[in-house]
Amino acid sequence: MKPPAFDYEAPRSLAEALALKARHGEEARFLAGGQSLVPAMNFRLVRPAVLIDLNGIAELGDLACTAAGRLQIGALVRHARVEGDAQVAQHQPLLAEAIREVAHPQVRNRGTVCGNLAHADPASELPAVMVALRAQMRAVSVRGERSIAAADFFQGTYSTALESDELLAQVLLEPMPAGTGTAFLELARRPGDYAMMGVAVVVRVDASGACTDARVVCCGAGDRPLASAASAAVLLGARPGSDPAALEALSEAAGAALATSIDPPGTVHASADYQRHLAQVLAARAIATACARAATHLPSRSH
Amino acid sequence: MAERQYPIRLTVNGTEREAQVEARLLLSDFIRHRLGLTGTHVGCEHGVCGACTILHDGVPARACLLFAVQTHGHSIETVESLGTPEHLHPLQEAFRACHGLQCGYCTPGILMTMKAFLEQHPDPDEAAIRKALSGNLCRCTGYQNIVAAVARAAAVAREGA
Ligand SMILES: Cc1cc2nc3c(=O)[nH]c(=O)nc-3n(C[C@H](O)[C@H](O)[C@H](O)COP(=O)(O)OP(=O)(O)OC[C@H]3O[C@@H](n4cnc5c(N)ncnc54)[C@H](O)[C@@H]3O)c2cc1C
Ligand code: FES
Ligand code: FES
Repeated sequence: MKPPAFDYEAPRSLAEALALKARHGEEARFLAGGQSLVPAMNFRLVRPAVLIDLNGIAELGDLACTAAGRLQIGALVRHARVEGDAQVAQHQPLLAEAIREVAHPQVRNRGTVCGNLAHADPASELPAVMVALRAQMRAVSVRGERSIAAADFFQGTYSTALESDELLAQVLLEPMPAGTGTAFLELARRPGDYAMMGVAVVVRVDASGACTDARVVCCGAGDRPLASAASAAVLLGARPGSDPAALEALSEAAGAALATSIDPPGTVHASADYQRHLAQVLAARAIATACARAATHLPSRSH
Repeated sequence: MAERQYPIRLTVNGTEREAQVEARLLLSDFIRHRLGLTGTHVGCEHGVCGACTILHDGVPARACLLFAVQTHGHSIETVESLGTPEHLHPLQEAFRACHGLQCGYCTPGILMTMKAFLEQHPDPDEAAIRKALSGNLCRCTGYQNIVAAVARAAAVAREGA
C-alpha cells in the first residue's frame, strides 16, 4: 500500500504545467485533489513516472457565476467549494444536489470537480450531471484550446476525450431557462459511497405546460453516463401538469422506459437486475420531482 | 540509485519543521515515522476509513492521500495539537465522559474531523453530526456514544461561550 517512486513537479503557472505535460505525455499525470489518483497509486494500479501538481497554480482556482446563472468551474475548484456556494445552489441546483452525494466531507475538501470528470469513473455522479446539463469542457494544451461537449467527453471507464497533453481547465454550465426543473437521486450503501445507481433528470416545460426538453441520465449503468432517449421520448410533448395521478403515471412510464433501455453491468453489491430495478424506481421519483420543480418556475406567457 | 529527495518546510502543530523527503512519501508516514507523531493512525491507505484525518490549513483531509512533498509551505495539525493528558481538549473530555471510544483506533481522525466541524457548526443536530461522521469508520462503538460525545462537546462549548 505504498505508491511507486515518481518525480514531482510543482509548476506555478498553467503554461509551465502544460509544457511539462507535453514533454512527458502519458508518463505524467496531473495531481489535483489526489482523491482518486493517490488511492490508485497506493494500490499500484497506476505508476506515473512524473506527477505535475496543479495545486500551486492560482489561476486554476476560480469558481465564477454570472448574475444570469452561467457557471465556470476552474480546475482547482474543490467539491466542498461548489457544495457551499449559494449561487450554485440557486442557479445550478442539479449540481448542488448531486455533489452532496459525492464521497465524504474530508474527501470533498480536497477532491476537485475537474479531477472527478477527468478521472471518468462510470459510477461517479458528476459525469452524469454534466451530460444532463449539457456542460462544455474546456481543454487546454500547448497546442491551444478546444471545447468538448460533455456527451462526447466521456468515452469509457476511466477514459475521456482528453489527449495526453491536455488539461481540463474549466467546465462551463449555461444558465437554466425558465420552466426548467431538475432532480438527482441515488442509492448508495452508506452516505458518501459510490452509488449502486444514480439518476440525473432535467425537464423543461413551456408556458402552456408542455415538456419541450427532457434528459434522463444514469450513473453506474454502464462504462459512461447513459442518457436514455427512450425515457426522454416519453416526456417530450407530455403535459406533466399539476394532477398528481397523471404526473405519477407519466413518471412511471418514463422510468420504465429507462429501465428497458439500459443494460447495467451488475456490481458486487447490486446485481444487474437490482440495478435495473433501482434505475426504474429512482428515475420515476426524480422525474416527478423535476416536473414539480419545473412547474414552479414556469416561463411567463408571451403575448 | 538513491531516490531523489525534495526539501520541504511546513508548520506542524504550530512549530516550523524542515525535512528532506522522497516524492512518494505519504503525509501519514511522514507524520508518524519522520516526526514520531503516532497519534495519527493509518487504517486503509486509500481514503476510506478516516483514521488518518488531519487538518491541512485548518481543513480536514486524509493524510494517506497527500504526499508530504505537497505540504511545503502549508500548515498541518494532528491530534497531538488538541490536549494533554492533564488538560484534555473539551472534545477529548466529552469522548471520555460519554465513552465515545473503545480501542481508540478511529478516535484521532474523528477528533480532528469534529474539531473543524464544531467550529463551523456550533449547534448541530444529531442528523448533522451523523452526516459529518460519515467519512470515519469505527469498528467498535456502533457510533452511538461518538454522536453523544460530539453533542456534549458542542453543548459544553456553547455554555462556556
Ligand atoms: C473514500 C472515497 C469515496 C469516494 N466516493 C466518491 C463518490 O461517491 N462519487 C464520486 O464521484 N467520487 C468519489 N470519490 C472520488 C472523488 O470524487 C475524487 O475527488 C475525484 O474523483 C477526483 O478528483 P481529484 O481532484 O481528487 O483528482 P485526482 O485524484 O488528483 O486525479 C484523478 C485523475 O484525473 C487526472 N486529472 C486531475 N485533474 C485533471 C485536470 N484538470 N485535467 C486533466 N486531468 C486531470 C489525474 O491525472 C488523475 O488521472 C471518492 C474518493 C474517496 C477517496
Ligand atoms: S488510512 Fe487514510 S483514510 Fe484510511
Ligand atoms: S473505537 Fe475502535 S475503531 Fe472506533
